[in-house]
Amino acid sequence: MRKFIIAILIPLSLSFAENIKTIELPNIPDNKLKDGKGKELVEQYCSICHSLNYITMQKGLSKKVWQAEVKKMILFGAPIENQKDIDTIIEYLEKNY
Amino acid sequence: MFTRRQLIKQAAVLGLSTFYFKNLNFDAIADEIAFPEKSKDLIVLSPRPPLLETPNKYFKELITPKEALFVRWHLSGIPTYINLDEFRLKVYGNVENPLELTLQDIMTKFEPVEYVAVIQCAGNGRSYVKPSVPGAQWKYGAMGNVKWTGVRLKDILDKAGVKKGSVDVVFNGLDVPPMPTTPDVVKSIPVDEIFDDIIVAYKMNDEPLPMLNGFPLRLIVPGWYAALWVKALSDIVVTDKEFEGFWVKSAYRVPDNPCECIKPGETPEKTKPIHRMRTYSIIVDPSDIKVVKVGEKVKIMGVAFSGGYSINQVLVSTDGGRNWVKANLGKDLGKYSWIQWFYEFTPTKKGDYTVMVQAINSIGEGQPMKGLWNPSGYGWNEIQKVTIRVI
Repeated sequence: MRKFIIAILIPLSLSFAENIKTIELPNIPDNKLKDGKGKELVEQYCSICHSLNYITMQKGLSKKVWQAEVKKMILFGAPIENQKDIDTIIEYLEKNY
Repeated sequence: MFTRRQLIKQAAVLGLSTFYFKNLNFDAIADEIAFPEKSKDLIVLSPRPPLLETPNKYFKELITPKEALFVRWHLSGIPTYINLDEFRLKVYGNVENPLELTLQDIMTKFEPVEYVAVIQCAGNGRSYVKPSVPGAQWKYGAMGNVKWTGVRLKDILDKAGVKKGSVDVVFNGLDVPPMPTTPDVVKSIPVDEIFDDIIVAYKMNDEPLPMLNGFPLRLIVPGWYAALWVKALSDIVVTDKEFEGFWVKSAYRVPDNPCECIKPGETPEKTKPIHRMRTYSIIVDPSDIKVVKVGEKVKIMGVAFSGGYSINQVLVSTDGGRNWVKANLGKDLGKYSWIQWFYEFTPTKKGDYTVMVQAINSIGEGQPMKGLWNPSGYGWNEIQKVTIRVI
């Protein structure tokens, strides 16, 4: 049975049909954010483009640095619409990461 | 019939994750799921885009297995499907004869070249930078030593005929930005800085590249940080003026001064792109504090490399940097490869021995006792320490 499963799984995760190569990325969940005011906004906007691990792995950054990061992400297309949400997100990030 | 682990793995592959994952502890199992063509023990810094770090144990090997090599993509739109019948490497811009090359063309119409070269992310070691800086928080595992096979970029450019007065050679891969306003990852090298050993590689360790490491073609700029080593290379564009893309003009830059460093928290007045790797040596074994008895022989080993110059010597201290002695060096695979170093000593009294290692290359470039700070944490090469506790 196990052999059978492996036989069908390998072609699904990686296939070389003639000259075509495809891969399927595993569905690994993001690390969870710490609870706090603004958490939902951060989840909503930041995870559009990348894992929340990008936030959880940081080792303690200043407000100035988080401001620059959020500014860069907005430049990249993060659709955060109003200044109040931007401020809440920066405050959450600075307080928790 | 199945163990839980098998079930989870299969569920992930089959995309049934929401069904199987519902009641499981994600953190505990995340590191057991393999990315395609990669070892399941790679450390997952981020699943999307994949940032996968090589565990320390693989650095005991002279050549890093391709399944174990780190993975770093910048944007989540990474290639997962490639039809080689349709794939073309396009060469255009300020050239006499624009080219559209198939993988077969690359492999048969140019002279093959191969060498072993260290591939290292510019942010390798960033998690050790103090005060901390934003970015992927790598330990030492965003590096590897790989045999690359490919064809010279110069030969491709010669075939296309670079016109006089060209300024930059621009490289783009198949990855795409997740949002229309996200700048695509496009890199460039000034025409004057293109050197003979830059290749367009189609093999690593004698096999096709894993998709996550840049299948089918990857730009290899040996001696330089991997920021320039564009994956799934699809476009080479020669320009007649300076390329202004975000990933060259705003990212991957260091202070433009001799140490490429500033005081923590300051903003550099002028910056330049980070290119050549700094000299670096890593203590691979022991990777962390090790407890031994008085009179017991301690064996330590690691790797050392620099940006395109051979390692002349590796020096080891067992007394926190007061005295330094030469380590034995392993097989020399050329100036772009890392070299293994070995040292053994027998502690004669109880207490903590601080072991340190530093490498010096053939043009005298070494490592700083205290890491050089820059706002993005690039090029970390502080002399490393590990404690041997003698009881």
